[in-house]
Amino acid sequence: MFLINCPYCGERDQQEFKAGGEAHIERPKQPTELSDDEWAEYLFMRKNIKGVQFERWNHAHGCRKWFNMVRDTSNDEIKAIYKMGEKPPSQ
Amino acid sequence: MTKNLRVKTSEYIDETNRISFKFNGKTYHGYKGDTLASALLANDVHLVGRSFKYHRPRGIMTSGSEEPNAIVQINPGTNRTEPNVRATEVEIYEGLEASSQNCWPSVEFDIGGINNFLSPFFPAGFYYKTFMWPASFWEKYEFFIRHSAGLGKSPTSSDPDVYDHRNVHCDVLVVGAGIAGILAAKNAAKNNFKTLLVDEKNELGGSTIYENNEFNKIDNKKPSEWLKKEIEDLKDIENLEIKTRTSVAAYHQYNYLLARENLTDHLETKDKTNKIRQRLLKIRAKKVILATGALERPLIFNNNDRPGIILSSAVKKYSEFYGVACGSKNVFFTNNDSAYESALSLYNKGINVEAIIDIREQSESKIVKKVEEVGIKIYWSYSIVDTAGYKRLNSVSIMKLSNDGTSVTGSKISISCDCLGVAGGWTPAVHLYTQSGSKLVFDEEKNVFLPNQNTSNQISVGSCGGDFKIDEIIKNLNQKLKDNLNIKETDFDNIKVEIDQENSKRNIWLLPSNKPLGKTKPFVDYQNDATAKDIKLALREGFRSIEHVKRYTTTGMGTDQGKLGNMHALGIIADTAGVKMGELGTTTFRPPYTPLTFGTIVGRNVGKFFDIFRRTPMNDWHVENKAKFENVGQWKRAWYYPINGETMHQAVQRESKAARESAGILDASTLGKIDIQGSDASEFLNRIYTNAWSKLAIGKCRYGLMLNEDGMVYDDGVTTRLGENHYIMSTTTGGAANVLGKLEDYLQTEWPELDVYLTSVTDHYATASLCGPNSKNILKKIIPDLDLSDENFPHMSFKEANIGNIKCRIMRISFTGEHSYEINVQASYGKDLWEKCIEAGKEFNITPYGTETMHLLRAEKGFIIVGQDTDGTMTPIDLQMDWIVSKKKYDFIGKRSLYRSDTMKEDRKQLVGLLTDDPEIVLEEGAQIVSKLNQSPVEMLGHVTSSYFSPNLNKSIALAVVRGGKDMMGKKLFIPMEDKNINVTVANPVFYDEKNERLNA
Ligand SMILES: [Zn+2]
Repeated sequence: MFLINCPYCGERDQQEFKAGGEAHIERPKQPTELSDDEWAEYLFMRKNIKGVQFERWNHAHGCRKWFNMVRDTSNDEIKAIYKMGEKPPSQ
Repeated sequence: MTKNLRVKTSEYIDETNRISFKFNGKTYHGYKGDTLASALLANDVHLVGRSFKYHRPRGIMTSGSEEPNAIVQINPGTNRTEPNVRATEVEIYEGLEASSQNCWPSVEFDIGGINNFLSPFFPAGFYYKTFMWPASFWEKYEFFIRHSAGLGKSPTSSDPDVYDHRNVHCDVLVVGAGIAGILAAKNAAKNNFKTLLVDEKNELGGSTIYENNEFNKIDNKKPSEWLKKEIEDLKDIENLEIKTRTSVAAYHQYNYLLARENLTDHLETKDKTNKIRQRLLKIRAKKVILATGALERPLIFNNNDRPGIILSSAVKKYSEFYGVACGSKNVFFTNNDSAYESALSLYNKGINVEAIIDIREQSESKIVKKVEEVGIKIYWSYSIVDTAGYKRLNSVSIMKLSNDGTSVTGSKISISCDCLGVAGGWTPAVHLYTQSGSKLVFDEEKNVFLPNQNTSNQISVGSCGGDFKIDEIIKNLNQKLKDNLNIKETDFDNIKVEIDQENSKRNIWLLPSNKPLGKTKPFVDYQNDATAKDIKLALREGFRSIEHVKRYTTTGMGTDQGKLGNMHALGIIADTAGVKMGELGTTTFRPPYTPLTFGTIVGRNVGKFFDIFRRTPMNDWHVENKAKFENVGQWKRAWYYPINGETMHQAVQRESKAARESAGILDASTLGKIDIQGSDASEFLNRIYTNAWSKLAIGKCRYGLMLNEDGMVYDDGVTTRLGENHYIMSTTTGGAANVLGKLEDYLQTEWPELDVYLTSVTDHYATASLCGPNSKNILKKIIPDLDLSDENFPHMSFKEANIGNIKCRIMRISFTGEHSYEINVQASYGKDLWEKCIEAGKEFNITPYGTETMHLLRAEKGFIIVGQDTDGTMTPIDLQMDWIVSKKKYDFIGKRSLYRSDTMKEDRKQLVGLLTDDPEIVLEEGAQIVSKLNQSPVEMLGHVTSSYFSPNLNKSIALAVVRGGKDMMGKKLFIPMEDKNINVTVANPVFYDEKNERLNA
């Protein structure tokens, strides 16, 4: 049960949040132009890294805002948190 | 007449407060301060239970929470009864009753004891090997196992106690109030850290508080005397909170710990009422100081489990702390100096110590010399090869141990005794440490696993950190505190510690016997009856991973998680496999450290608070009118309204007919409602629904289907345009929260440029749905001045109106196929609206109907219910709803997926209607559909999703998903059931009023 520093509310218990999968996967602007394989790549393919991973999180039982998190999945250490649209921190 | 083994008063036992309690029906006496275990031992009762597999008689082995054997049922037969409680942790009180577990009919005569003589047939993996064959016999085996095993009895009536949860925040949490924990907490608090000190026992001080080695001194005082003064000083320290009887159950990442605080278990029954029994503390600590101590190890030798065989440290604690001798003829068996302290403790109280058997060749420490001086016989380089006494130890047999420790030689000496104290060295209690995710390293010299890599801000101090001698503890604690708390000095910088020189121990994981291993019973896990033989057998059978050996032999799988024997199991595996201990790794210690009650876990969330539920504003009316309710998500929805003793079927048939023949009314308040505003609201709807929204006129309603990005139907509902930039969307009852979440996700992360604002207003409006040919007449009576003509207020349109002075929004939309209105008012007026409708509808026989009738009516029309007729694998095309998918729109959520090769396959499961050849037969929802009988394996084409007897059509109807069903109109299929095959024909899913004439009736 970790603590998450919501960029809008501050530090809150993990149970207020929902994880939203891998971050920085942009919805294609022109889906109809894509082949089945290209669309499948967007739709289904997600990394599942042991180590440092970029993720989307939602303060579901709080301000309902989405934000990004850099988390080491091997020990749940949160390396960084930043708002949607902001550049991910360079490693 | 039982012997009295109370030897000398102890300051922790209040001899003026005599307490009577019952054990296995017999009355005994103890004193305030006793545990159940110490009080039983004082009465010379060692036999307290039977082992799990062999039903061997077992006695008290320890004095703490690591106890594997003395597991009892507290207050049996009462509503406060609790199974699987360690007698060593139960503080006695007047009227306490306890009984043994794992035995039938009694602990003295146990039928399962025959398993002991059958033990060659109970090897490691016995359950896996035997009960798997033949498979059909499992039920019979299970019956046998359940009746002969049985780990206590759960209460049969509800728990009368109250439990609580509390969030706790502190700078420093100190776990364990032994000498290290006390000094750590004191110095943390003195340096302005908000500190919480917890200990599972009711007295502070750990084992130092009854330390009796006269050769150890702190500032020239006995360590126990010195520590008492330190404890006295704690009272005056600010910033320090102390909780005793508080056991940390779990240590999660980010220094989040769960502790159970025991508040009333030690009180008499009359004092337990109206109090919180146990409280779960949810602790967030900036720093954690683990001072959890060490557990004494037993030694693994033949028949090392008899009642009367007890850890040497426990003998000392019972003697020094509780003033109880564990036997009148005592023998000790040891590989280190600590047994000598226990022996002296008894000797000094005038209790007979027959001998000490030491597997070492010699020891030079002062305490050993002292024992020799007082004339206690020491057998150096001897080992116990067997013990005797079925229900109580009566003798041990010893033989000379070879130099390499693998065999015994010479003649056998038998020593008569009734108690054997066993000392095998110490295992740091690193359970909580590893739970936090931190990593251990094996120390070859000390033969222990020690904290190595911390994952959070924590330190391990005292013996759980590998420091066993007081001088080491103090020195290392001092440095660790300074480093971790970033302080320059502590208040024990200058104390003077003298200690007896301790000689190193001799570690032999499995002691040899004169008999081959196969003929002996050296228990490694007492609670689960796993022996060294079982572990070796598992290795011979090819198991290598420590986790596999553990599961195969059940070593460490009991409620004590093998706290005593896990290290020996690892050692035996390492020795047998010829690898180093450090390379094997350890098994995982999982929370809770000691078992928790369900009450502690659920806290206040019991009874009506167990699961949150939501009620509509009309709920009271439904209750008054005897509605039956069903759960829809968190909602309690009126299901049907039986009158005059109707069955559900009868009520639903009546309600369904009435709604079509005259008028029905449904409480639709639970439907999700999302208020959508902003200059891009129309564009937003275009992107999230499959159909086009830009041209929807203000005041009009439209049905929409929402897909996931994978093209599968996600939710549906009617959305109404209230203004140029203002819509109100309705969602399914169960999907409301998820739909809002999903829409927010797209708005915030994919389309932040859109000017759209979403607000959930589900709870803000109450909705009554009026339907049937007389719905218009009823609404006319309620709102006389509203023009209800089809020209002014056509189907799929919206009006604002007033009922009296209550504002309402009325949508003319229909989920039944009848002419109908959904009237929305501010929630607080919901019941008022409902009652007005009922009153106005009386002359038209208005009939309230519930969710079941709603489902039936929509099924007659072939309208889907998302989540019932769909399951996350249905596209709109599969549902034969191509009409709602815009071909013109460039994009919407899920559009691209509708053109994937897989979603375009012809033989996907598609929604169809089914009619039974016999119109009286109603299909079972979920029933499988096949086209050929007598085929093996039978090809399953799909299943029935909705099925009802339609009173309006007077026949059975069903919706189903069938592979390639779209092209099967009129085809005969079969529904094979247990006792018969049902013949069905594929039909149009719209069974009733195909031309929608009734909408404007
Ligand atoms: Zn927030």
